[in-house]
Amino acid sequence: MTINTFLQIALFSAILLAFVKPLGLFMANVYMGRPTLLNRLIRPVELWFYRIAGIDSKSEMTWLQYASSLLTFSFVSIIAVYGIQRLQSLLPLNPESLDAVSPDSSFNTAISFVTNTNWQGYSGESTMSYLTQMLALTVQNFMSAAAGMAALVALIRAFVRQETTLLGNFWVDLVRGTIYILLPLSLVLAIILVSQGVVQTFSPYREIALLEPTTTSDGKSITTQKIATGPAASQVAIKQLGTNGGGFFNANSAHPFENPTPLSNLLQVLSILLIPAALCLTFGEMVGDRRQGWALLTAMSIVFFIMLGISLYAENQGNPGLAKLGVDQAVSDLQSGGNMEGKETRFGITNSVLWSVATASASNGSVNSMHDSYTPIGGLVAMWLIQLDEVIFGGVGSGLYGMIVFAIATVFMAGLMVGRTPEYLGKKIGAFEMKMASLVIMLPCVVVLLGTAISLLLTQGREPISNPGPHGFSQVLYAFSSAANNNGSAFAGLGANTPFYNGILGLSMFIGRFWMLLPVLAIAGSLAEKKKIPNSNGTLPTHTPLFVVLLIAVVVIVGALSFFPALALGPIVEHILWNKN
Amino acid sequence: MTDLRISIILLGTMTLLTGFIYPVVVTIIAQNFFPHQANGRILTVDSKAVGSELIGQPFSRPEYFWGRLSATAPFPYNAAASGGSNFGPLNPDLVKNAQERVDLLKKHDAELTKIPVDLVTASASGLDSQISLAAAEVQIRRVAAARKISEDKVRALVRQHLIGRQFGLLGESGVNVLQLNLALDQSGK
Repeated sequence: MTINTFLQIALFSAILLAFVKPLGLFMANVYMGRPTLLNRLIRPVELWFYRIAGIDSKSEMTWLQYASSLLTFSFVSIIAVYGIQRLQSLLPLNPESLDAVSPDSSFNTAISFVTNTNWQGYSGESTMSYLTQMLALTVQNFMSAAAGMAALVALIRAFVRQETTLLGNFWVDLVRGTIYILLPLSLVLAIILVSQGVVQTFSPYREIALLEPTTTSDGKSITTQKIATGPAASQVAIKQLGTNGGGFFNANSAHPFENPTPLSNLLQVLSILLIPAALCLTFGEMVGDRRQGWALLTAMSIVFFIMLGISLYAENQGNPGLAKLGVDQAVSDLQSGGNMEGKETRFGITNSVLWSVATASASNGSVNSMHDSYTPIGGLVAMWLIQLDEVIFGGVGSGLYGMIVFAIATVFMAGLMVGRTPEYLGKKIGAFEMKMASLVIMLPCVVVLLGTAISLLLTQGREPISNPGPHGFSQVLYAFSSAANNNGSAFAGLGANTPFYNGILGLSMFIGRFWMLLPVLAIAGSLAEKKKIPNSNGTLPTHTPLFVVLLIAVVVIVGALSFFPALALGPIVEHILWNKN
Repeated sequence: MTDLRISIILLGTMTLLTGFIYPVVVTIIAQNFFPHQANGRILTVDSKAVGSELIGQPFSRPEYFWGRLSATAPFPYNAAASGGSNFGPLNPDLVKNAQERVDLLKKHDAELTKIPVDLVTASASGLDSQISLAAAEVQIRRVAAARKISEDKVRALVRQHLIGRQFGLLGESGVNVLQLNLALDQSGK
């Protein structure tokens, strides 16, 4: 690691930190219904939405009504995304005359985008028409993110309010999150990205003669290069800001048209963590004690930077198999060196690793390098961050509500140790909350491990594996970790665009999103009804370094214990073989 | 039922706003203020398009600089099907492909010893337009010999095409292979 590595990471961290407070407070205003700077411009649009959809913005919902609205909206969205893909060959804005997407792939993609996972079994430039990318996929990039944030806000209100069953209005939270937060940020980011060379056009793909003709693997002569393009920048902006991660092109943000320069890379990797980080302060502001938000953000950041350091170290080592060929993998002024398989020259090791750690922790799932080709430890870091229930930053909304659930589990455990009734933010944590919290924490683990086991027992599950040895196992384990935790990145060599994987991973994403959301909203419903109790001497303060350490310990121990046996079969064995190599 | 009705109308109107108006507005701004960037930074020679500055092309003749390996199917640098090799770190094919590239490089220049890693590994997109400066420098001798021009002249061209870190800080430095090769062809005229 060089000084430049530290400088680039320091710059990234400083910019991110600088945005946490202003954006966090702005979002708190949006969700508390206070007027914001954008009101004059956007308020009329907001009211138009309420009028046309018949939304009574003054009325509020119980947790069941809130959940029902969220589920209904998601269900309708899944059908719409499925339908558009199946019909795309008949619809306009399809300059490459792409066929309808297959039923199983459409099913998988519909669930994938509605659950904010954005797992992609398909390859963007050869599967999706411009219209599908816009009307189906871009829209869900916004909607799934706004829905996740809405659920978080409902949970936060449960801590603020007392003796009520009402948690706010899902429609209002959905609309305000979209048009006050996501859309303005996306618009600005998209335009900056275009200035760097992210394409934004409705023209068809362009065919240009190659300087030197080449041949296909079976000897056919190729004299031209067909360059895929499209309205990418508008989708890339929200894909990063909404922790969606679904690429416009197959190579995602490694594609030069999706992420052309180091500056576009910096802005995109910042956007991955921007809202999840700022939401911590939104939480603190809304519960009336900003320290609570900073404490959660601190816990997330500590895990993040430790993992970043480990992965950076691993990827800088390079591949011992290549060293034997006399390949120079040393870091120098003339080259970034390190493990460059599956990485882009303009990003080198530093920016590839920073991205992989950010995208794995934030449940974003976009990539600017291929995780499949990471060193065993570099790949392990990404996979394990995903397996921590996506609470280190996590998805917009979903990450923080996951983290709050872990905070509830932490005060509960601390309460057991000293023999007092646990409480968090003035609310007593009872048996019901703990049962629901356990569901939230355990469910993804069960889906990941069961899904992996089932797939490995079946031929349909084993055939698409592309790498030999323990890495093949890791590909399947990564796929289910990614799906059940709504991340969306992959060890992409796994040929997952088959009816079997499209089906089972679709199901995993569905469970990972909605069966998590329900217990979270149930906790919210239960907490909102409780009276706030004043702090006493026996209250465990939840903004102190002690609590931060406890919280990290609970997150890490749950993650480590649940997955250690599985990881031992994959990346850990691989690392031992790697060292013997 | 109210939920269903609201969902359908809201999804419809949101689709109009975020799926249609938003991308169209971005496109209009992009095409007016950044037409070159928004259309893929197309390079032209004598007002004829010869490629994109951002998208690499395959090179294998000794008189051209070679770029990263590309794992796109069915031919390298297929810009309609981006992607990486997705070889695991211990996959024997990774070493095999690297060995082939090493052999090829040494066939043209037997004195080569240390070969930069980016020349023997596949990029993530399969379309990487750049190589490191180290990777360009080890090819100077071959290109100069094949073109029967002096190494100094080729070296000067390489230096001219060095793209430093953005703002001196961000990313990694590199050389754009297509632009360098175009410049080589131009200089020979």
